[in-house]
Amino acid sequence: MTVATPPEIQSAIPRLQPSGWIRYFSFSVDHKVIGLQYLVCGFAFYLVGGALAGAIRTELASPVSDFMARDVYNQVLTLHGTVMIFLWIVPVVNGAFGNYLIPFYVGARDMAFPRLNAVAFWLIPPAGLMLITSYFLTGAAQSGWTAYPPLSITTPATGQVIWILSVLLLGGSSIFGGINFIATILKLRRPGLKLMQLPMYCWAMLGTSILVVLSTPVLAGTLVLLSFDIVAHTGFFNPGLGGNVVVYQHLFWFYSHPAVYIMVLPAFGLVSEILPVHARKPLFGYVTMVYSIMAIVGLGLIVWAHHMFTSGTPPWMRLFFTIATAFIAVPTGIKFFNWLATIWGGRITLNSAMLFSCGFIVNFVLGGITGVALAQVPFDIHVHDTYFVVAHFHYIVFGGSVFVVFASVYHWYPKFTGRMLHEGLGRLHCALTFIGFNLCFGPQHWLGLNGMPRRVAEYDPQFTLINQISSVGALLMAISTLPFLWNVVQSAISGPLAGDNPWNALTPEWLTSSPPPVENWVGEAPLVEEPYGYGVPIDQLDLAAASGRDLWSIGK
Amino acid sequence: MTSTLSQASDEASSEASGDHGQEEHGDYRMFGLATFLIADAMTFAGFFAAYLTFKAVNPLPAGAIFELELPLPILNTVLLLVSSATFHKAGQAIRQGDHGRCRRWLLISAGLGIAFLVSQMVEYFTLPFGLTDNLYASTFYAATGFHGLHVTLGALMILIVWWQARPEGGRITAEDHFPLEAAELYWHFVDGIWVVLFVILYLL
Repeated sequence: MTVATPPEIQSAIPRLQPSGWIRYFSFSVDHKVIGLQYLVCGFAFYLVGGALAGAIRTELASPVSDFMARDVYNQVLTLHGTVMIFLWIVPVVNGAFGNYLIPFYVGARDMAFPRLNAVAFWLIPPAGLMLITSYFLTGAAQSGWTAYPPLSITTPATGQVIWILSVLLLGGSSIFGGINFIATILKLRRPGLKLMQLPMYCWAMLGTSILVVLSTPVLAGTLVLLSFDIVAHTGFFNPGLGGNVVVYQHLFWFYSHPAVYIMVLPAFGLVSEILPVHARKPLFGYVTMVYSIMAIVGLGLIVWAHHMFTSGTPPWMRLFFTIATAFIAVPTGIKFFNWLATIWGGRITLNSAMLFSCGFIVNFVLGGITGVALAQVPFDIHVHDTYFVVAHFHYIVFGGSVFVVFASVYHWYPKFTGRMLHEGLGRLHCALTFIGFNLCFGPQHWLGLNGMPRRVAEYDPQFTLINQISSVGALLMAISTLPFLWNVVQSAISGPLAGDNPWNALTPEWLTSSPPPVENWVGEAPLVEEPYGYGVPIDQLDLAAASGRDLWSIGK
Repeated sequence: MTSTLSQASDEASSEASGDHGQEEHGDYRMFGLATFLIADAMTFAGFFAAYLTFKAVNPLPAGAIFELELPLPILNTVLLLVSSATFHKAGQAIRQGDHGRCRRWLLISAGLGIAFLVSQMVEYFTLPFGLTDNLYASTFYAATGFHGLHVTLGALMILIVWWQARPEGGRITAEDHFPLEAAELYWHFVDGIWVVLFVILYLL
């Protein structure tokens, strides 16, 4: 490829937006540039968080704290959780794919508020650097990603305050992004495009953004109060000064339970885009999918106290939150069976994107089942704060969200770059990740059931062998990143050209060039009334005329 | 990768920009602001929920003082409610193209907001408890202080709008007055929050 030359400036107004590679380091307002900024930035933090996870698993390979000191271990696990949640999964499943895809899906040329969009992204690198730098300056926060007081008040203050500041910045970024997605999806739709014709990822992002807007500010307010407790010696959450630690837990989980859905609902949406394309079948149960997402949003806001069954929660509260949590299994189960029905009888292409998606379905159902189990009070009290919770959580956010992120990278890489990824390396990556992940986190269920507490650098020697198996799994996961990294870099330079639509997909982002032009379409945006009208050969499809239901019946 | 990307985009951007009509779409700034205010309201909701829970389950230790007088806060409530009405009058005036009347009402609104802040300060300095004295006191100062921050920003916004609404060379006109509308929505929101705050902190 030749190096692009910038077009000549024809008007008197100077070009404010840089072009060429420099725009990926600039305050660009192009949603595709911002989406890739989120993606690459998030992946860089994923490598940091993965290195921290490696340090944790190395420490836990032996029952004594020989690899690092105990307080360093606390800092490492706090950074690992915070980096992975706030700097990798949330920005990538929301910011990266949301920014790249949502304007295409609604038939727009950009997000509703492009400059706000750029602000939201550029809050992330400084917040992340600040967080990580705190480790080298004064020691990072030690109280875990939950920052429960009184632990967060009694551990060294500087690291904790820096942690609070960076989480506040990231929360602000998240809120700005959420406002932008809501406005874009509801207000910026192409004329003639109805809500119930939108690709499923739009619905997932709408639901997620509602959760972001409603719950993130509560976390922000709570962290401000926590910082007062640390800096100004107020006693909001300090029992020694008459405060109430349980109120912190309520306010924290009012955000952080929805945060699980903020991490996983967009993944649901992405996988709902990928499965129909590679199974050549319409998405099964579109309408039930939409209602399920909205039910998860509504229920997700009223289940937070199931994280607090050991915090002196009164019986009526336990009853309510157990029942509400069990209800969430219903819409989630509907989605799960809809995915199965989508690929059922399809002409499945088992490429990397599809393999990762299938890995997601397997892992997610395991994480979901342990989630239902954890909602039951007697069981939860038994395994609370053990490795069972760690295993459950990672089956949701790694086995669920991260698998979908990789599936999405394999699926949309041709759109991002115009080039194909190497399929063999992709399958190697998928196999290593799937085996490594299950080897790492599967045995942790057993550890938790047998009483190994989480967040502690040392453990009873009876758990040594299982921990070492888990650490081997972690090593495999680390190795699995190498073929992926090689693949994305190498393919960007010399991968085979993809063409505009290598998957013969029908969603709007594929109905333009790869990579797309600056304002997404030359000429008018296409009106895609049936984004999942698969089932007939691509050359017989008339996108403009046929309704999806006709296409499905022809396919049969 | 980057060269491929930039080439495609440069080709597109160098084509005729007439059919790239981003400017066609409507103005969603008020929608965005309203969404932001919902988020902002949730922050207050968190503070209020914390305060009410503290009240319900954490009795004050013996000897702790948390007493609030009503006259000043009632005056504050009146100040803010009147300022909402005067801001509304300013909005009506600009729609009729009367810059002078609009700016007078804006100044009155800003004055009432600043009067509220002064009155709030007087209350702070006369209260018999400080920020760290006890749990209720801390929560009281956190909630009213966060609201006062909102009033301060709002008063600054009104003054900026006042400057923008000058008859010659200002960006606010009878037809195009988004900054004024946005500041007005924000100001009504801050007043509404105050009413809820007044009921929860002073009356309950």
